Amino acid sequence: MRKEQAHTAAELLTILSARQLRNGQVVFAGVGIPLLAATLAQRLHCPELTILFEGGVIGAFIEPGKLPPTTNDQRCTVRANMVLGSAEVLLLLQRGYVDVGFMGGAQIDQYGNLNSSFIGDPAHPKTRLPGTGGGNDIASLAQMIVAMKHEKRRFVEHVDFITSPGFLRGNDTRHESGLVSGGMFRVITDLAVFDFDETSRRMRVIALNPGVTPEQVQDNTGFTLIFAPDLHTSEPPTDQEMKVLRELDSERLYTA
Amino acid sequence: MTDTWEERDRTAPRPYSELRQSMQRRDRGLRDKVVSLEEAASFVRDGDSVGIGGSTMSRTPMGLIWALIRARKKDLSCSRCIISSDGDLLFGSGVSNHIISSWFSQSILFGVSKVMRHHVEAGLARYEEWSHLAVGMRFRAGAMGVPFMPIRSMLGSDVRELRSQARDMNCPFTGEKLLLVPALNPDVALIHVQRCDAYGNAQIDGLQFMDIDLAMAADKVILSTERVVSNDQIRRAPDETRIPFMAVDAVVELPFGCVPHECYGVYEPTMRHMEYYVDLVNRDPVGGMKDYLDRFVYGPKSWTEFLSLIGVGELLEAARAGGSIYDA
Repeated sequence: MRKEQAHTAAELLTILSARQLRNGQVVFAGVGIPLLAATLAQRLHCPELTILFEGGVIGAFIEPGKLPPTTNDQRCTVRANMVLGSAEVLLLLQRGYVDVGFMGGAQIDQYGNLNSSFIGDPAHPKTRLPGTGGGNDIASLAQMIVAMKHEKRRFVEHVDFITSPGFLRGNDTRHESGLVSGGMFRVITDLAVFDFDETSRRMRVIALNPGVTPEQVQDNTGFTLIFAPDLHTSEPPTDQEMKVLRELDSERLYTA
Repeated sequence: MTDTWEERDRTAPRPYSELRQSMQRRDRGLRDKVVSLEEAASFVRDGDSVGIGGSTMSRTPMGLIWALIRARKKDLSCSRCIISSDGDLLFGSGVSNHIISSWFSQSILFGVSKVMRHHVEAGLARYEEWSHLAVGMRFRAGAMGVPFMPIRSMLGSDVRELRSQARDMNCPFTGEKLLLVPALNPDVALIHVQRCDAYGNAQIDGLQFMDIDLAMAADKVILSTERVVSNDQIRRAPDETRIPFMAVDAVVELPFGCVPHECYGVYEPTMRHMEYYVDLVNRDPVGGMKDYLDRFVYGPKSWTEFLSLIGVGELLEAARAGGSIYDA
């Protein structure tokens, strides 16, 4: 029990996210926990993982203690295999080179649609948020992993605005809109791990985080969740995972 | 679907004949184009569409933007793939009331820009959001001399719903659904580079972002550069030239020309100044912005005097971090 509590919520989120990646994959990572989790996976079970950044970087190898503050600055390029234009790196998504898109999220709905543009009516927004960046392109063209904080106001039935498409309105609506590839693969939160039902495309709990109950997950979610029949509990972070993670983010930039 | 280009919107696709005539009028000779920062600002007219190079806090042509604000330009439509505190300054100074971008805030480190929020939520200015790839393909279409490019993102999303300037198409070859994004040929592009010669042959180290497409798409290109080098030096490594002289109309030598942002391999952002700035304007997006502009933009007599306000200590620290990229 002591070991399970010896980590922050952000550290658990990072470790559970890293476990979703497979060796040899090409991953398009956003800043923050995605970047950190992809780097962690690269140091642990995925030595041949290739990380892309939207600033125009192929095969980044981030140095411990020198995490870049965004995916558009020079620290992202250290020991990379190639630096290229940002349109060029985004076109790798369109050509199909990328297995996994990996992003954070501010607001998500039951079909995995993400909003990072507006709170309230877009014509008269209560809050104008920064917008999509490459998020829409990544979510349109790759299998997505989303890592985010689990709060009721962030897990809503319908997002105010679809910035980055999940399964749109469920069933086949994503495919019908012209998005014939990609889609939501996993959502990782500080409470649980989710996938999406193969027919309805609604969010489904597949694993609870250590010490979390199904009721707790439902109570913090603004729509009715599906629970997988073989629901299980994720393994707590191992000593090795914690050690490598803390070396990487020694400044506690993302995991405080 | 109705067309929502506002009247005389300089960011709408332009007739090909107009693009060609504008190119015909350009002096594309191998000539000395070095001008002062103040002269460079005079290449931009009120109401122009202005493309901005770099991305987020990287290789931002901050000195050129600073000069436009001091020259009290009006009604600029600015476009940049990802826009940071430079967008704040453009809105906050009243120089621009329309920004095209995929992401607009100071940096993910600082949360949501209160300056952007204030201007957009109060209806004082427009932030026109496209996906990152869409911005890139708009510049690319402009660079190619064609009116649009097809893409496979934005489909099905509300980002697309808001952009009635885009068009859906069924591919005439495969029948697949595509989105057509319109060419963007800015009147002027502002781009900062590590070095170029007096003719405008520019070499860019590290991340290129969308600068080459932007340069080739624009009617005029103003370069600011850390250093003006000799044409001989350019000719010794012509494969490193990214923007050719014939696409360039003015060259300004401006060391530390991206401060407080970074210039790849030369300096990282001056973070203490960024933190000071963000704290000031996010606490009070109107009054804080006015204070910042008075003290750091209108106040100094020159870019050098602006840099001295940032302080030698902070500039040296940023330069040390910038150069360390080559130690790895």
